[in-house]
Amino acid sequence: MQRYPTGPVAILLWCAFATLVLVAGALGHGHATASRADGLAAWDQVYSVLTSPRCINCHTATNYPQQGDDRHRHFANVVRGPGGLGVAGLNCRSCHQEKNADSTGVPGGHNWHLAPLSMRWQDTNDQPLSSAEVCRAVTDRARNNGLDGRAILKHHQEEPLVLWAWNPGRRIDGSARTLPPLTHEQFVAATRTWVEAGTPCPVAK
Amino acid sequence: MATYQLNVNRQPKQVNVDPSTPLLWVLREELKMTGTKYGCGISACGACTVHLDGIATRSCIVPISLVGDRAIVTIEGVGSDPIGRAVQDAWVNKDVVQCGYCQSGQIMSAVALLKSTAHPTDANIEESMGGNLCRCATYVRIREAIKSASQQIK
Repeated sequence: MQRYPTGPVAILLWCAFATLVLVAGALGHGHATASRADGLAAWDQVYSVLTSPRCINCHTATNYPQQGDDRHRHFANVVRGPGGLGVAGLNCRSCHQEKNADSTGVPGGHNWHLAPLSMRWQDTNDQPLSSAEVCRAVTDRARNNGLDGRAILKHHQEEPLVLWAWNPGRRIDGSARTLPPLTHEQFVAATRTWVEAGTPCPVAK
Repeated sequence: MATYQLNVNRQPKQVNVDPSTPLLWVLREELKMTGTKYGCGISACGACTVHLDGIATRSCIVPISLVGDRAIVTIEGVGSDPIGRAVQDAWVNKDVVQCGYCQSGQIMSAVALLKSTAHPTDANIEESMGGNLCRCATYVRIREAIKSASQQIK
């Protein structure tokens, strides 16, 4: 009885297995299939999105979120609270529902909350951190909830609050909120290139 | 227009309104429950606070279409809850109210706070009540009443 495939079938199976191993290795452990230069260029694109108001307003280093394209302090004395969810009488969900409320100008999405302080992308003066600093925060598994490259890509592809940035609804005056500088497809493609390059980070100046 | 089945203070209610209608106006205009107040209309003052599944919520900016099947509790119903009763009693005993316009929202936020933190610190009170404005500046008595109510909670 023949227990293992032989000949062309075996070669095909071996090639498929090897491809899977290479791709998994590249995504999971930063085994580069894109060059470091490609990766750094892609990171620049990713950084441009992460530091846009739709993203960075909830990645503060302070005790409060921000709002608006000018990233001003959130009104109504909103504070971070335990877990970034606000406090009992003034919870994120006190206003932010599961979806945008365009008729009242309040943005919404699933599990609306502030990013943890470990993922702050600003300093305590509300200024965005450098590209190198944000890159280190995003790739440090001790600070990013243990995400490896593959998980970061998935986060950028699927996380509801990430997706919200490209569907941010309307302001109270009816005008559309500003979108990030890239489309979501471009953002995911840049993230994929960066991950395939081994998530390289710029050198701090 | 659309029809919505609501659970208000444990009572089933049906309304037929435009989906964009804020919950506040459904309560006040459709259900004639005027205890919840209109203050600013942009969630900046807290006068319209109700509870949605226990979360203190600004009813002036939540379209009825986003309420879903969550339980709505208003100032008219919060007294049936032991903590709500304790807060309302403390409000009376401490004579908190001056003009009274903001107080239903203040009480709803205070109840949410005490349900989360039975014995809040001054900092807890300031943070949790920081979105509820009182133009009569009854803040000192509000704080006293919250602390008084917390003593009644086992």
